[in-house]
Amino acid sequence: MKALSLDNLGHSFKDRRVLDAISFSVEQGRMCILLGRNGAGKTTLFSLITGLYHARSGSVQVFGHAMRTDPATALAQMGVVFQQQTLDLDLTAGENLRYHAALHGLAADVTKVRTREELGRLEVLDRLGDPIRSLSGGQRRRVEIARALMHQPRLLLLDEPTTGLDVPGRRALAQHVRGLCRERGIAVLWATHFLEEVTAEDDVVVLHGGRVRWAGRADRITAELGVGSMADAFARLTESA
Amino acid sequence: MITRHALRALIGILQRELLRTLRQRGRLISAIARPLVWLAIFAAGFRSVLGLSITPPYQTYVLYEVYVVPGLAAMMLLFHAMASSLAMVYDREMGSMRLLLTAPLPRWYLLGARLLASVVVGLPLVYLFLLIARYWDVRPPMLGYLAVLPALVLSGLMLGAFGLLVSSVSAQMENFAGVMNFVIFPMFFASTALYPLWRLAEAGPVLATVAALNPFSHAVELIRFALYLRFEPVSCQVVLACLVVFFLAAAAAYDPGRGLWSRRGEQ
Repeated sequence: MKALSLDNLGHSFKDRRVLDAISFSVEQGRMCILLGRNGAGKTTLFSLITGLYHARSGSVQVFGHAMRTDPATALAQMGVVFQQQTLDLDLTAGENLRYHAALHGLAADVTKVRTREELGRLEVLDRLGDPIRSLSGGQRRRVEIARALMHQPRLLLLDEPTTGLDVPGRRALAQHVRGLCRERGIAVLWATHFLEEVTAEDDVVVLHGGRVRWAGRADRITAELGVGSMADAFARLTESA
Repeated sequence: MITRHALRALIGILQRELLRTLRQRGRLISAIARPLVWLAIFAAGFRSVLGLSITPPYQTYVLYEVYVVPGLAAMMLLFHAMASSLAMVYDREMGSMRLLLTAPLPRWYLLGARLLASVVVGLPLVYLFLLIARYWDVRPPMLGYLAVLPALVLSGLMLGAFGLLVSSVSAQMENFAGVMNFVIFPMFFASTALYPLWRLAEAGPVLATVAALNPFSHAVELIRFALYLRFEPVSCQVVLACLVVFFLAAAAAYDPGRGLWSRRGEQ
């Protein structure tokens, strides 16, 4: 089943074309890595998928619900971690999660249970009552992921979630998210420019110059392009606009 | 089911607004200190400004302190609305606005909930000021404190909707200095908050016309009349109409399809 489906998506700011004919999908329970250099259009794509603004052309569907015509249903199934941190620094970790839960219509008792569950899974439960200002970058990221999972989404979008984390922190985060795919059947779209975050089992979409340069299983990309490594494949796909 | 969801979201937005306001003590203190400084210092020096004339809704000659208090209450709402508007721009720059706008509820509802929450959080401060003003012998009828509540809510919503509109067109926080100089100060000074309309007419017909057309003047008069148990229908209609226009314009500016965000390409 397609968790996320993009069909011929295009967008421009004034006269500047930033995304052109973007089409790919993410299957339920799969981890899809959206690879692209800085400025490739990943963040704009995330803004369109999350309905922050509508694309000039094409469509976004989440489990069959069009973002343009049925945004509430589409957004209810989606958890998002934006590249830019969106935690409220004046509030505690628990208060941030409670605010998110309220926006998703969760009852107070459910919110209480899930707050402890999700923060516990991400090993930041001990920071429940601490202001976000006092948390490290890695802890803030984990709180953001816990928050995105509060309403039990079936699709998780992460825009460069490992930016600012050290290597062990990045590995732990990727491992946790892959666990979500396996154990909960969540579909994940993970945008990054770190090639080492891709594993052979992942799906990969390479975005460059606002266009999709390649989409498919990660273990096929080197064979199809006739190169020795993912780094070589990525370099070839992104060497020209 | 959807109604319950909407209600929970409204409560969540209200709680967040309340927590943030309570934790920003500097903002709280300045919100209450600002009108008191005006009342204690400015009003003392301008006692003679009213001259010998009875201005409705007052039934007799009043001291300048009595005249200026409703205007200062409206000023509190205006500054609170602009602080809330600035917070919206800050949230957008810091990214937390995305969380609100990606909630599974209609965007106009989310903006309306944020607007309402801001007004509800600001009202106790206005009441605190009105109570402190009794020390300066500004003592409207006790029922006036109840009667003024709808006027304060309506005026707060109108000014808040205006702030929402301002926040939608302000790309950066730095732009707010311009907003203060070219929007808030003219709106406040070219109104009936500090001087009655007849006094402004003496200064110049243009200024009087501007003040008469200024929506903030109507918010001030609505509050002034309500505080003295009178209803000002024209002001009420103007404030209501402006509330609708400002809110619709703000909702359109934040619209994912047509809004300024979409065109500017904010990340």
